Amino acid sequence: MSERHTAVCELKQTDFHEIGNLIDLYFKGKQGCLIQVLHTAQGLYGYLPLELQQYIADKLEMPLSEVSGVVTFYSFFSVHPRGEHTIRVCLGTACYVRGGKKIIDHLIQKLGVQVGGTTADRKYTFEIARCIGACGLAPALMIDDVVYRQMSPSKIDALLANLNKG
Amino acid sequence: MLHLTINGKPIEVPEGTTILEAARMNSIDIPSLCYLKDTNVVGSCRICVVEVKGAKTLQAACVTQVTEGMEIYTNSRIVRESRKVLYELILSDHDKDCLFCKRNQQCELQKLGVQLGVERSRFDDERSTRRVDASVSITRDLSKCILCRRCVSVCNQTQQTGVLNLQNRGFKTEVSPAMGLPLGAVNCTFCGQCTVVCPVGALRETSATERVWSALNDPTKRTVVQIAPAVRVAIGEEFGLAAGTRCTGKLASALKELGFDDVFDTNWAADLTIMEEGTEFLGRVKDALQGNPASLPMITSCSPGWIKYVEHHYPKHLEHLSSCKSPHTMMGAMVKSYYAQTLDIDPKDMFVVSVMPCTAKKFEIDRPEMRNSGLRNVDAVLTTRELAEMIHSAGIDFVSLKDSVFHNPLGFSTGAADIFGTTGGVMEAALRTVFELITGRTLPFANLHVESLVGLDQIKEAAIRIEDPLPQYGFLQGVEVRVAVTSGLAGAKLLMDQIRDGTSPYHFIEIMGCPGGCITGGGQPRSSDEQIRAKRMQALYDEDESKTIRKSHENPLVVKIYQEYLETPNGHRSHELLHTRYTARGMHNELTDEVFMVDVPQRAFAKAPLAQSLPRDIAFKRMDAQESSRLMALEAENAMLRGELAETQDTVAVFKRIIQERSAQQQP
Repeated sequence: MSERHTAVCELKQTDFHEIGNLIDLYFKGKQGCLIQVLHTAQGLYGYLPLELQQYIADKLEMPLSEVSGVVTFYSFFSVHPRGEHTIRVCLGTACYVRGGKKIIDHLIQKLGVQVGGTTADRKYTFEIARCIGACGLAPALMIDDVVYRQMSPSKIDALLANLNKG
Repeated sequence: MLHLTINGKPIEVPEGTTILEAARMNSIDIPSLCYLKDTNVVGSCRICVVEVKGAKTLQAACVTQVTEGMEIYTNSRIVRESRKVLYELILSDHDKDCLFCKRNQQCELQKLGVQLGVERSRFDDERSTRRVDASVSITRDLSKCILCRRCVSVCNQTQQTGVLNLQNRGFKTEVSPAMGLPLGAVNCTFCGQCTVVCPVGALRETSATERVWSALNDPTKRTVVQIAPAVRVAIGEEFGLAAGTRCTGKLASALKELGFDDVFDTNWAADLTIMEEGTEFLGRVKDALQGNPASLPMITSCSPGWIKYVEHHYPKHLEHLSSCKSPHTMMGAMVKSYYAQTLDIDPKDMFVVSVMPCTAKKFEIDRPEMRNSGLRNVDAVLTTRELAEMIHSAGIDFVSLKDSVFHNPLGFSTGAADIFGTTGGVMEAALRTVFELITGRTLPFANLHVESLVGLDQIKEAAIRIEDPLPQYGFLQGVEVRVAVTSGLAGAKLLMDQIRDGTSPYHFIEIMGCPGGCITGGGQPRSSDEQIRAKRMQALYDEDESKTIRKSHENPLVVKIYQEYLETPNGHRSHELLHTRYTARGMHNELTDEVFMVDVPQRAFAKAPLAQSLPRDIAFKRMDAQESSRLMALEAENAMLRGELAETQDTVAVFKRIIQERSAQQQP
């Protein structure tokens, strides 16, 4: 799963045969496959620009407006290029009362982007999440698929330093 | 049959009926907003909620099916209060600038508010998307959209074009093309069916009335107007006349009163179209029979929404379209050439207005193909609704107008032209002429109607065998001509898929973009009459039968124009003026750079002040009054208690004194 996030950065290609092949192989003609296709496509290309949505719409023979309707409905689909890593700070009730807001403020300052933004070097995309089900570890955040517990500004600095090294 | 009671009244309805239908069948009206019979049944607005005994919550009547023994209350206190709150919530994200809204007095939301008796709007604060997107044909005002989804249903199910859909989520939800792209830049066909179903002012035609008023007020302009066949059987509804009332004579009078210099009839050009299209068809058949390359089936090209659809969806099959312009652009071309020459005026000083049942015609006149000598064929298109608005605004009493006739030389028409406005009509008109040209005999059908092409079925077909043709058409002996007719883009897709797959059995196809044809086009009056198509259609057939000349090639003025000006159908001059070509656009406009957007001033949206409306103030005052009386009561109680306390303290002091005295006596 995490290798998906490394295959990112700006999508310049207009050749989408990879997802095209997958659609032909697994999805074509199956009712309700759109979300899976979009999920797979975002995994392959990192995000879902209009051109890619058009390609998928044509391939699945459905209206583009319906495809983009689904893409814009779910917050996990992105139409903008994303960072190499996605940081999601939990702002569920437990994390919120245990200082989730402070974590957010610190990250905004540290990364220099607002919530929902991607750093200029395309290293990080910064989002908030509703409860990730780790209330006992509050305040928690996720970097890609890994949950980090009981965060504080200093722990974040250490985490980011570690990631920047790697 | 199921048995149930509504408001205590026992009723019986078939299984599968919804509560709303059951109530309306039994003369009980449940207010509704998003519901549109057979089109939009999604229960999104919740206005039609009713109380069902035993159910935990109120049920939306439009989507809940009745069950045996159901007890329904449509007008209980909780239902009435809930509807009002629901209405206020819809209003909270709706522009309430009704006074200068195009739909003022014709707005379903406004009427609903009156029906529900809503007297306030408490939730005016933050607002969602507020942007105006205008294409040359259709304007979307998102600040007025109430997300009822009617347009989404009509665009996705009825027309199957899928241009409009819900985008984003929650408070940010909007009805838009993909990624919020402008309507003029996507594969919208501008059929305008969404503008017919929109209950509020969110979707409407892009207005041309101001430009037409300016031209009418400009003494240097020669203003020429023409009206399409379908307009004359629908415009009466805007003035309170019954659906299907024929208003041809009144329309001619009204247009003269508005101040147009020439009032012509698009029907005349429809007769001309039949001459051109019929000849083109015969040419293609001849080529095919002689083994030359020919694109059959040939498809009619009068409906610009259909044309744009095929340019987007089947860009590789444009050769099947007839090269004829649509009748009103033919008229425009003739006015600015032949008629200008007759009058000896510069066509630059002419302003041609078409009154059409159609929103796509507004796009059509903007196409670069619809120009001759650098001039637009037609300068402005008004929808039927817009013309009615102008007539109202000019203070003309339409209903009591005397009938008059169109001006000539471009105003006389045959019955064949009248039926151009309904599905099957163009084909029937073409067959009347083509059959007679080939055989010298009248089309062998009762009353000249090709029975199997009349009606509202999605796809209608007919086959006519040619026997004993005239000598010059000998090559057609024994040929069976197969024709098909459809209206609505869903039907068009079926026929085009056959053509794409090479399995189309037809030679000639008539396609109109709107279901029912122009009679229920995107620019026609909005109607709640379920029989509207049948009534308007019947009126057109009546109009046809009321005429003595009912075949296009017998129109003396069309014959004259060929003698005097055009020479021969499909001749050199016709090709220049009356024929056109098409543009491959592709599903996502990838094959062309053409877009059809217009700039509109975005309205300045001041943040709505928090509601401090009168009823609320009164409520506060009432609350203050209640508060003070409660305070007084409390104070009185307090005083009383203080008194009691003092008494008790006195008593305690007495007891203490007695105890002290006793103890003093016991210790002498």
